[in-house]
Amino acid sequence: MAILNMSKTLFKSLFHGPYTTLYPLKEKDKYERTRGKIEIDMPQCIYCGMCQRRCPTGAIQVDKASVSWGIDRLKCIQCGYCSEVCPKKCLSMDNHYTTPSYGESKDKFTNA
Amino acid sequence: MSERTVIPFGPQHPVLPEPIHLDLVLEDETVVEAIPQIGYIHRGLEKLVEKKDFQQYTYVAERICGICSFMHGMGYCMSIESIMDVKIPDRADYLRTIWAELSRMHSHLLWLGLLADAFGFESLFMHSWRLRERVLDIFEETTGGRVIFSVCDIGGVRKDISSETLKKINESMDIIEKELTELTAVFFKDSSVKYRTKGVGVLSKQLAHDLGAVGPMAKASGLPFDMRTQGYAAYKYLKFEPIIDTDGDSYARTTVRIKEIFQSIDLIRQAISLIPEGEIKTKVVGNPNGEYFTRVEQPRGEVIYYAKANGTKFLDRVRVRTPTFANVPALLETLKGCSLADVPILILTIDPCISCTER
Repeated sequence: MAILNMSKTLFKSLFHGPYTTLYPLKEKDKYERTRGKIEIDMPQCIYCGMCQRRCPTGAIQVDKASVSWGIDRLKCIQCGYCSEVCPKKCLSMDNHYTTPSYGESKDKFTNA
Repeated sequence: MSERTVIPFGPQHPVLPEPIHLDLVLEDETVVEAIPQIGYIHRGLEKLVEKKDFQQYTYVAERICGICSFMHGMGYCMSIESIMDVKIPDRADYLRTIWAELSRMHSHLLWLGLLADAFGFESLFMHSWRLRERVLDIFEETTGGRVIFSVCDIGGVRKDISSETLKKINESMDIIEKELTELTAVFFKDSSVKYRTKGVGVLSKQLAHDLGAVGPMAKASGLPFDMRTQGYAAYKYLKFEPIIDTDGDSYARTTVRIKEIFQSIDLIRQAISLIPEGEIKTKVVGNPNGEYFTRVEQPRGEVIYYAKANGTKFLDRVRVRTPTFANVPALLETLKGCSLADVPILILTIDPCISCTER
């Protein structure tokens, strides 16, 4: 009976409430593996430049002279290749996304 | 003979998620000829293989398409592994199969929604896409991404799925199967769906063969072409038969895709029950030297990956023959003689992926 099937779906949809989340008020749960953004544990970094060489988009800039590590957040494709090749394992993938931005979004970290 | 009119269709059209242009030559309301024009979203990804080394290119290959991204990465990795004669661990083969079948499910569910939207069945569209969310959630939990996964790597896969998560996927499959049965009953039984798709755009078996149609387009015309039967990844251990239909019309293409979703659920269950423990990646040393053709069955049909390496870390050439490209001649043939109002449905039934086609 097609009409019965239809009313079943109809009532289910009527009483279930929305399947979506009200985004800015309630954020969707992130999974542990969600690839959000790359984070660095700066004191561990030895400025070997492996991440810079392996990055498919060239988003990472490592400078040994000024002891700094920088990333262009908008160039990064969150593939996680840098965190895999890092010999000191100081790069990690955070499961929260970067905040939206106007124009450029570059982060630079320096070891004092 | 009545007067002929040329109506431009696309590149921007409500039914098209991606830009393709067709010049439709009409006699009254009947299409007599369709002249395609592509090239709106060419990104030069094949050329990029000269700039990115063969390991970095895995991530580029995945980004050829937003829907079958996993299978693009897998096709590329399989070619390089064959050139370098790398045997990947069994567990990696099974994991690849599970992700590939989940990709097929999410691609077909997306397509069912788009088809429903094309003939104005908005609620069916919403229901299909809601169901697709469950598959995307599995992806996010296991790979970290919802559309681009970055898990396939040369020599295996980069992330393992724990046995608890596999059990959870198995439970999700039960829920998805139940909801899918309810959803697809509408596609199978509803008169409005049948009215818009039955007998529309019939492609005969001979014509499908001659024009080189692939995937559900060929299967709906009675050609049992399914690259999975060649036994790449873990398909050699799983039991399945290619799904075919003989009518060759839009309705047959819809039913083939629906049955393929159920088949994918079955394949995932089989893979989960058979998956062995062990390593997920073989260490790859050196650079590839040689050339290889790989054929992989994507949701839209067979994709061919050709890679030519020269012993350095940069490849000479990568060529991708995508399923949509192979299906365009068949599409143009089915468009001949159809009514103008059926053009959107017919374009959708090949499941066009233009960013794959132009790369």
